[in-house]
Amino acid sequence: MSMAISVSSSAPDVLGLMAGHGTVVPIVLPLVAGALLVLLEQARSRWVQPLSVLATLLLLVTTVGLFAQSLDGQVRAYLLGNWQAPFGIALALDRLAALMLLLTSVVAVASLLYACAGDDRRGQHFHSLFQIQLMGLNGAFLTGDLFNLFVFFEVLLAASYGLLLHGDADGRRQRLKASMHYVVFNLTGSALFLIAVSLLYAVTGTLNMADLAVKIPQLAAENQRLAQAASLLLLVVFAVKAALLPLYFWLPDTYASATAPVAALFAILTKVGVYCIARTTTLIFGTGSADSLPGVGGATVGIADPALPVLALATVVLAAIGVLAAPRLRALVAYLVVGSAGTLLVAIGLGTAGTITAGLFYLVNSTLAAAFLFLLADRILAARGGSAKGADLLRPLPMSPGTWAPLALAFMAAAVAAAGVPPLAGFLGKAMLLQAAGTTPWAAWVVTLVLGSSLALMVALARAGATLFWEGGSTTPAGAVVPGATTPHKPLQTLALVMLGAALLGVTLSAGPLTAAARAAAEQMLQRQVYIDAVLSARPVPPAHDVRREMRERGESK
Amino acid sequence: MLLLLAIFIGTLAGCGTWLLLRPRSFDVVLGLTLLSYAVNLFIFAMGRVRVDAVPLVQAGTTATLANTTDPLPQALVLTAIVIGFAMTAVLLAIALVARAETGNDHVDGDAGHAAPECKEPMA
Repeated sequence: MSMAISVSSSAPDVLGLMAGHGTVVPIVLPLVAGALLVLLEQARSRWVQPLSVLATLLLLVTTVGLFAQSLDGQVRAYLLGNWQAPFGIALALDRLAALMLLLTSVVAVASLLYACAGDDRRGQHFHSLFQIQLMGLNGAFLTGDLFNLFVFFEVLLAASYGLLLHGDADGRRQRLKASMHYVVFNLTGSALFLIAVSLLYAVTGTLNMADLAVKIPQLAAENQRLAQAASLLLLVVFAVKAALLPLYFWLPDTYASATAPVAALFAILTKVGVYCIARTTTLIFGTGSADSLPGVGGATVGIADPALPVLALATVVLAAIGVLAAPRLRALVAYLVVGSAGTLLVAIGLGTAGTITAGLFYLVNSTLAAAFLFLLADRILAARGGSAKGADLLRPLPMSPGTWAPLALAFMAAAVAAAGVPPLAGFLGKAMLLQAAGTTPWAAWVVTLVLGSSLALMVALARAGATLFWEGGSTTPAGAVVPGATTPHKPLQTLALVMLGAALLGVTLSAGPLTAAARAAAEQMLQRQVYIDAVLSARPVPPAHDVRREMRERGESK
Repeated sequence: MLLLLAIFIGTLAGCGTWLLLRPRSFDVVLGLTLLSYAVNLFIFAMGRVRVDAVPLVQAGTTATLANTTDPLPQALVLTAIVIGFAMTAVLLAIALVARAETGNDHVDGDAGHAAPECKEPMA
């Protein structure tokens, strides 16, 4: 009887406890799964794939839940280790973080399913690296502490080095070369990140982002300059990740040499850089009001103000040239990623509620489209005879009979989504951006260059499609045998592609609610006081059992 | 002492940057190592340089930075050292495999214009 009572009275407590810890699940779940998977992979267990897929599906469910939770407009702070905010590390879940988490898990599920069709066995420890990568990504989106952001960056980078090298003998040379550049570039970026973080700590005495946002405007004039230097260094570091103009040269090679599911997951990696630029420019170095442009008010803001839109527009232009000039299909897709990051940074750089709304909407669409294209490119290459035989080059080659029509249709849909042509959502994102940019001083430049680059993308994608399918695939006589082509029916790959395609279509069909969510997220980002208050007013949970007092009463402790 | 520390950090960072721009992967690894030493010293210095101060509050003194040195940058340095060390190991592994695979030590992996005694700066 007494047991029954105690169980029924403690059950709500347990549930309440679990509910409060939802924010940390996207970090803990992949960490635990990744650790288990290392052991299982060592033992070559047959539970590796099921566990990895299960963990990623659970992550998807969790992030859907967190996204739904974030829709009420509250910022939820989570105090790691139960320490009061500026002293301990805080996580914060706001609309932007929840959106990024959801997008990450959708792309992750699709990439993982695609990998389970065979790519995961082309090297060792794919699944554990994949989970650790997810942990790093989720941590970077959730954390409210600058040094913790550095640590999660390193986690996701370390995993990405491993994933980039994943693969069998074909293309290994290419991958090694790309990895070398990628690792050196990112290690240098990390060094700069540390300099920026410690410089900010030296002048403000804090690393909590909300606390930094409070302290930086109060700095003495001589320290303002140091804070500005730190903010520019941070911008450089994030620009490395986001592939902004002078710092994007690592990306096309890296993405083009990675295994398809890895490249698809990497579509979210550049968005981490974009996210961090958005977060730091609006929160730490922001102005705090929803309708003002950056550079108005606030002493240290606006230092990157003319630079960011200019560099972002230049990135858009160069990416368009890269897409036109790309000799290989996967390099073409990689330049599309550069272009979409550039477009996003135009939106963030202009910094009004309208442009950020457009940027967030476009971010969802462009990430899904890039992931879809990387996976589709792999299928196209397989039908053309595998990458070892120059199938990656954009020239007419025979394709396995019966494959060209569905691949061509999928490629056309993806091209429409990526280039920003009606009727898919890429067009809506770009249209919203152009409309919102109309009220800024950059209107003429943005409209000309974004539309011009869209035209170039359209031409390049149409040309690639014509070469691959019209001149190549459709002319292959029925019954012809393409040497090296591997087209066994791989339902998991098809499922992954269908899933991403459905997500793209879903974004288009639910453009209305999604735009509303993006607008709310943009407004929340610009009203930074909400975030600051939520993080700094979060109080540690009082202990359920005061162990120290109990020990004192029993005379076991002082 | 501050000036000496600043010169040290500057020299390390300068040498590191120069080595980083060299065409051979061994030089690049050394460059990154020097750069990370510079960064670690920089983080340490950002907690203000104090002689004869411990990062602990001792009995009888008030808990201000006048009596103690800031413990946080020291903790940050530890994290940075561990991460930097691990990343250097990863990079060395990649460099070794690349050396075995391509037969040369050039960061671009092509022996064409990069003889072992390559003198020209990386293009």
